[in-house]
Amino acid sequence: MSNEILLETENLIKTFGTFRAVDGLNLQVHAGEMVGLVGPDGAGKTTAIRLMCGALSPTSGVVRVAGYEVPAQVEKAREQVGYLAQRFGLYGDLSVQENIEFFGEVFDVPVSEVKQRAAELLNFAGLGDFTDRPASALSGGMQKKLGLASALVHRPKVLLLDEPTGGVDPVARQEFWHLLIALLRGGSAVLVSTPYMDEAMRFNRVIFMNHGRVLTQGEPRQLMSRLEGRILELDAGDQMAARQIAEDDPEVEDVHTFGNHLHLRVSSAKGPMERIPMKLKSANIPMEHMLQIPATLEDVFIHLIETEGEEYEQPTPSA
Amino acid sequence: MRRFRALIKKEMIHMLRDPRTLIFIFMMPIMQLLLLGYANNTEIKNVPTVVFNQDNSKASRALLDSFQATDYFSFDYAVYSQAEVYRLIDAGRAKVGIIIPPDYNQNVATRKTADVLVLLDGADPTIASAVMSAAALAGQAHGASVRSQQLALQGPTGSAASPVDVRTNVLYNPDLLGSYNLVPGLIAMILFQTATSLTALAIVKERERGTIEQLIVTPIRSWELIVAKIIPYILVSFANTVLIMAVGTFLFGVPLRGSLVLLFGLVGLYLLPTLGLGLLISTAAKTQQQAQLMTMPIMLPSMMLSGVFFPISSLPLFLQFVSNLLPLTYFIYILRSILVKGVGIELIIPQIVALTVFAIVLLGLAAMRFQKTLD
Repeated sequence: MSNEILLETENLIKTFGTFRAVDGLNLQVHAGEMVGLVGPDGAGKTTAIRLMCGALSPTSGVVRVAGYEVPAQVEKAREQVGYLAQRFGLYGDLSVQENIEFFGEVFDVPVSEVKQRAAELLNFAGLGDFTDRPASALSGGMQKKLGLASALVHRPKVLLLDEPTGGVDPVARQEFWHLLIALLRGGSAVLVSTPYMDEAMRFNRVIFMNHGRVLTQGEPRQLMSRLEGRILELDAGDQMAARQIAEDDPEVEDVHTFGNHLHLRVSSAKGPMERIPMKLKSANIPMEHMLQIPATLEDVFIHLIETEGEEYEQPTPSA
Repeated sequence: MRRFRALIKKEMIHMLRDPRTLIFIFMMPIMQLLLLGYANNTEIKNVPTVVFNQDNSKASRALLDSFQATDYFSFDYAVYSQAEVYRLIDAGRAKVGIIIPPDYNQNVATRKTADVLVLLDGADPTIASAVMSAAALAGQAHGASVRSQQLALQGPTGSAASPVDVRTNVLYNPDLLGSYNLVPGLIAMILFQTATSLTALAIVKERERGTIEQLIVTPIRSWELIVAKIIPYILVSFANTVLIMAVGTFLFGVPLRGSLVLLFGLVGLYLLPTLGLGLLISTAAKTQQQAQLMTMPIMLPSMMLSGVFFPISSLPLFLQFVSNLLPLTYFIYILRSILVKGVGIELIIPQIVALTVFAIVLLGLAAMRFQKTLD
């Protein structure tokens, strides 16, 4: 990973009426880095990405794309960006081939290269046999792959993907990620928003976002280690009653149900590990097991959202 | 330039791959022209008429003959009482009743004023007013010929009633109204409708389908996008013009007296404010439905106040003022001047200037309002 910063936002703010969708966003993505932008619905992910690619103009603040400032040099910046919108944004009445060639031509890919580049990307994406098919007749997963191929046709330095695997089945999601990683051997900076925590594990770095700001960021493993030893799994006969007991424990912060199990987030493991089995026993609830498990990104995410404002300090905006 | 070509190619594909819309684009004007052209035919013929001739002399029959010669009247009923006349008109079987008094022949012979009563069914004002003037004219003309015969046969004796005033006869020719006046108006109106609403829809469609987002983030400039959107509709509008004029000429006998080059040049000029208006609507509308509704407050006054159906001079003063604010008004004047009167450019310069001003204002506003962003 080189240290060159290809994508950067500085105190980025976007308001819609009185609502601040993006509220002082500061982030950086380096060349060769794949960063996940993670946050609940309404966190401002889509707005943030639209600001970065110039689809929206910021209320204040700056985006820098490969050295060009948005909004001042937005047209120059756009030439460097590949963007895949959340909603399918290609032309349903144009064929696969016509779509990708259209984007190649408007991005001024040299005439001699367009067809070759399109063929290469389409073959790689597994769309080589469907070049004449209207884009509207593709499956959801294929449409996403065509969108990715079209976004990459001009070899962008910065790739922005807004929930690229939303609404796509798990197999197609797998294929999409393989394709993305294979296509990105170059030194592009990639920012991907996703609501799927399992996908967040694939990124070099994860940026948690809520209420239009960065909550925290880091490598996935590093983020998970923040909750090391603080997640317990409990499997008991009467789940409802066991849940009640767990919630009443002073050191249990949060309880979630995962199938037959309960996941407990605790401020420290020792106390609950002793108290809860005893209480279950005195209540005559059979307990299968209770053990410490590694935290998932989802645990970290929920923890962050719930404790936002307590642990998180708002950055003072620089003048 | 390459970007621009790619855009136009895309727009052409959109248009050609949507045959239903394409058929609609070309069928709607022809249907409108045919329907309005025939339905709005102000020529009135063979109105069912009931006659109560109490005089039944040679003189009164001569009067009725002159009525019949106008083609307005069809003498379907001859009755023998006034009540029967009213009964037939009440029943709607006759729209006109002619009642000739018993002393008609005597009055004519003694050079007094001979009264003839013409009853009209006012429920249909269009027919009534046309028949009214036809009856009056026929009566005057007949009266004049009777007088002149009497003068020739008997010499100037007794009272010489004033000669009949025939001025209205010259000025008012209902045949002219029909196609000569209407078809140029319809051509202008149809061009206005297709160009405005299709342009408005073209951009809103991208917004509605979400494709605009992917388009915005390309290095395409706003003007490239706008012009590329417009060009296919300019082509379509020219094709439509040829089509409508062909129908207007062959079916409705509208002459092509002026210069075709001038005509098409000015069609091009007229398309600019019209497309500008469409673009302006597309900057405000979020859905195709909104866009269609937004064209209505412009379409309606344009149809009613531009002189397509009603003469501008007969509008109230305030509406005449509104009419001056509609590009369609000027274009209809230009079309009628070129097609029917065959005038050259020197007589329509004020209208050309007006259209140019509209073009600059509307396209300027559209370009200002059209931002290549999602907000």
